[in-house]
Parts: sequence; structure tokens; C-alpha cells
Amino acid sequence: MLAIVIEWLNTLFVAPFVDMFSLPDFLLQVLWEGFVSGVLYALIALGFVLIFKASGVFNFAQGIMVVFAALVLVSLHAMGMPAWVALALTVGVMGIFALVVERVVLRKLVNQPDAILLMATIGLTLVVKGAGQLFFGGEPKSMITEELGLPTGSSDWEVFDGIVIFQHIDIAAAVIAILMVASLGVFFSKTRIGRALRAVADDHQAALSVGISLNQIWAIVWFAAGIVALVTGIMWGARSDVSFALEIIALKALAVLILGGFTSIPGAIVGGLLVGISEKLFEVYWGPIFGGGVEAWFAYVLALVFLLFRPQGLFGERIIERV
Amino acid sequence: MTTATAGDSKTYVSTTAGSTNGSIPDGSTTDGSIPTVATSDGKPTLLSVENVTLSFGGVKAIEDISFDILEGEIRAIIGPNGAGKTSMLNVINGFYHPQQGTITFRGKPRRRMRPYEAAASGIARTFQNVALFKGMSTLDNVMSGRSLKMHRGLFWQMLHVGPARREEIEHRQRVEEIIDFLEIAHIRKQPVGKLPYGLQKRVELGRAMAMEPDLLLLDEPMAGMNLEEKEDMSRYIIGLNDEFRTTIALIEHDMGVVMDLADRVVVLDYGRKIGDGPPGEVQQSQQVIDAYLGVAR
Repeated sequence: MLAIVIEWLNTLFVAPFVDMFSLPDFLLQVLWEGFVSGVLYALIALGFVLIFKASGVFNFAQGIMVVFAALVLVSLHAMGMPAWVALALTVGVMGIFALVVERVVLRKLVNQPDAILLMATIGLTLVVKGAGQLFFGGEPKSMITEELGLPTGSSDWEVFDGIVIFQHIDIAAAVIAILMVASLGVFFSKTRIGRALRAVADDHQAALSVGISLNQIWAIVWFAAGIVALVTGIMWGARSDVSFALEIIALKALAVLILGGFTSIPGAIVGGLLVGISEKLFEVYWGPIFGGGVEAWFAYVLALVFLLFRPQGLFGERIIERV
Repeated sequence: MTTATAGDSKTYVSTTAGSTNGSIPDGSTTDGSIPTVATSDGKPTLLSVENVTLSFGGVKAIEDISFDILEGEIRAIIGPNGAGKTSMLNVINGFYHPQQGTITFRGKPRRRMRPYEAAASGIARTFQNVALFKGMSTLDNVMSGRSLKMHRGLFWQMLHVGPARREEIEHRQRVEEIIDFLEIAHIRKQPVGKLPYGLQKRVELGRAMAMEPDLLLLDEPMAGMNLEEKEDMSRYIIGLNDEFRTTIALIEHDMGVVMDLADRVVVLDYGRKIGDGPPGEVQQSQQVIDAYLGVAR
């Protein structure tokens, strides 16, 4: 009996680590893969955080915005436009999208409870999805990676008696994501509009009395989330194809948000990386115990654990009731 | 209820410096008290409230009130709790829209103005419960008051070079002056959520000052302060009024402060106006004494 327990404990807590360190180059590969998907999760979560922070709306449509932006880009290019022109036009389209959403959806529902606004974004998802399938067709398309100047191919790094392979597109994705987060950080702390965004996120009434127009800020925030969606769409699309399945990945971002806090940009990054890396690690080293397929649910289990012990996330605002 | 006797020589004003480029107002008496100004000395009307009625369902918060605020004066609004004072400020500010009556600001009548339109037309406001951006630093809070004055659009802001940057620096300089004036330089970078209440109120005043308003509405700026803090606050308010010619409307419960600071007073009770005039006069009114002031024992 004892032997069985020890065997079981060994399988769970010892063997995986032994596996990890017996093939260190493979470990590095797994860590790198996890890091890359973590970065991409973080980008999607970032889009959610931007909108939630400024308007308290949980934008269910963020996932479909990623797909939409990528589809617009690819289709414009397919119509014969050079890649960079198509990119600029897509940015413009996302801007128009933001204005339309603010005008038609947000402004009408200004004082409604959060659940209503969430329903509205679910409705928005369905509209965009339907329109997307109508205009672009349902088949997967490939991202115009080379035309955009993004690198292809891979490099090998010989280490620990083995090789770790780095896809160039992954490196580019990580670099671009870091640049994007850094520039958003500067934008928020040093510019008038960035400050206004933080003010609106903090206290609507006070922002109004200082002369900040809520409508303008919301349009800007949705535009920013749209740009983040575009970059995410390009990066994800470059690694796999551009299809409506991308939308499902956005659901993973929910787990990221629970870990990192709904209102924190650093939280989205840290949460994304945590989810990405731990998910990959768990899949590779503990997966066989569970019969594989761990990647599909691990993030959510992790989120559940966080909800039990630290519901506001790592960086979220602690809800303190002042008596 | 506080009491105040005529001829009270206690002052909350210290005219010695504190303000960076302050000057002692002409005509001040040697003990430093501020002279009250007569109602009709030729000052134009900045804001006029005419027959305003505000109801919430069946409850009349404000009933048929009219008064005016002259340019450059300090107007106090006093009265017991629930009299409608904060509601009055909310109406002027655009947060509430009255069912009847008009507000005329600089000669232009308006009734359904939105808060940010009021801000854009030169009306700034502090709140009873301190509506600061709690997660942001003192500096950022006061800088947010400059929002309306900064005009560079989204494109330049995204790039953060050239025009947007210069504008930012220019306004930052102005904000630093305000921070020095209010003596909050030592807490510039601290998130305001952590500051003690008295300092938060000062930061809120700074944010309102940064808007360089024509009309400043202060809702109980001295609430919860001790004597020394009240003296400081009074000094800033007077400095604002003297140097920058800002018209001020303030709600205040401390009668000593009201007597010293205000040029004229409006007294409200249960949504109606029961007094209007210079502090000394209002203080003597029987109606006001019955409703609010009480008598010295």
C-alpha cells in the first residue's frame, strides 16, 4: 500500500522535475515556447484591460476584433494593395470601428448596469462575426507575414549538448509586444490623453468636472484596443492561420485577467507569461499523467485557484471596504 | 450649530506671505481681517440663478431660489444640512438639471449644461467628499486640471515629440507654480489615495486652480480641518481671489470662516432662501438665527 503511495507521489512530484533537468535543452525549448504564447496571451489581455480600465466594460468582442483586424488586413492586401498601405488602412478601419461602437453602443447604454454592457459586447461579437464571414468568407487565410517585413525562418542555439530552435517570427513577436507595452506605458504616464484615460478609469464624476469628455476618451480607448487587436492578429496569424478559431484563444485571456487583475497592464503581461509558461510546462511534463490534452484546461484551473485565494489578481485593486 | 457674535475679532487670515507672488490687498486693516464689500459697487454679475426649482421625485431639494454672484467676490452659501447647498452647486455645475428656472453665466442663459461643458466655460469645482483620482499622484491630479487648456491632438500625443511635448512642459511649469503656492511640493509624487484628508482637500483645490476658472465652486473646503489647516486654506482662498481675480462660491459651516472670508452670504433652509447680503447683516437676521445660527449663551 505504502509502495503505491510513494510511487504515486514520485510520479507527481519528482519524476517530472527529473525529466526537466535531464534534458535541459528541451526544457529551454519548452520554456521559450511557453514564453512566446504567454506574450501573445498578454497582448489579448491587454486589449481587455484597456477598455475595462477606462470604462468598466468587459469587452467580450476583443477576440473577434483580433480576427476582424487580421481579416481586413489580409483582404485589403489580396485586393492588390501593397502591404504597408493595407496596414495603414486597417488602422484607419479600426479607428472607424471604435467611433461607431462608441456612438452606437456605448453612448446609448451609458448608465446601464455592467451586465447589460457585457451583453452588448456579446451582441457586438455576433455582429462582427457574421459580417466577417459575409465579407471575407469562412476559410482560413494566411497572414501576409513576409510582405509586412516580418522575419521568417529560424535560428538554432547550441546549448547543454543539444539545440534550442528559435523561430524568428516568435522573436519578432516578443520584441514587438514589449515595444507596444512600453510605448503604452509612456503614453499613459506622460501625455494629456493618457492622463485623461487614467482619470476616467479612476472617477467619472471628477473627470467630467475637470472637463474631460467621456465619449472622446472611450472612442480613443476602443481605438487603442483595436490597434492592440491588430498587432495580436498579425502575430497569431503569422504563427498559425487567420481563421475564426482565433476567437477561442481570447477566452484564455480571461484566465490571464483573473491572474493579473482586470485593471492592470503589468498584470496582463505577468499573467500572460505565467499562464503561457506554466501551461506549456504542465502539458509537457505532467501531461502524460493526465492522458494529454492538458493545455486546454490548465489555465482555467489555475484561474480557479486564484479566484479562491486572491480574487483581485496579482496586480488588481484590492477591494477594501472602508467602514 | 455654531454661534458667532458681532465684533468677533478672531481672524483666520494671515496676510504674511505663503503665496509666492502675493501682495497684501489694498485697504486691509492692520489686524489682517478682510474688509467686506458692499453689494452694489459696480461689479458685473458673473452668475445669476433665477427661480430655480429642483425636485427629486416628490422631494423639492431647491424651491424657487434666486440670487447672483458678482464678478470677483467671495460668496458664501450657508445653511443647515439638507438645505440644498450641494444641490445648488450641482445645478450650477451641470450635474443636476433643474425642472424650472435658469442659470445665466456671463450673460448667457443655460439650463441643461453638462458638467464638462460647465468646466469648458470656466467653472471649476471641489467636492464635499474629495473626488480626486485616487490612484494618481498629486502632480498628475493637478495636471489633469490642465486638460482643457492642452490642445494637441491624438496624433501628436501618440508620438510624444515636438508640439505635444512642448505643450506638456509649458503646462507642467504652471502646475509647479500652483503646487508651490499650495505648499504641497513635498507630496508631489505620492498617490493621493494615501494622503491625509486635509492634504487631499488641498490637492483638490490645486486641481481646480489649474483650470484657471472664472468661477470656483468650493463645497465645504474646510471640513474636517483643525484651526491651523483652516488658516492655511483661508489664505489660499483669499490669495486666489486677490491675485487671480477668481470669483468664489463656497459652502461652509464654520461661521467664523464665513464672516472673515465672504463678501456676501446666501442662506438656505429646506430648499428656500432665507437670507442674502453681507455677512454682518445676515448674521443679525432673526430668520437666519432661528433656522441656523442660534444665539450666544
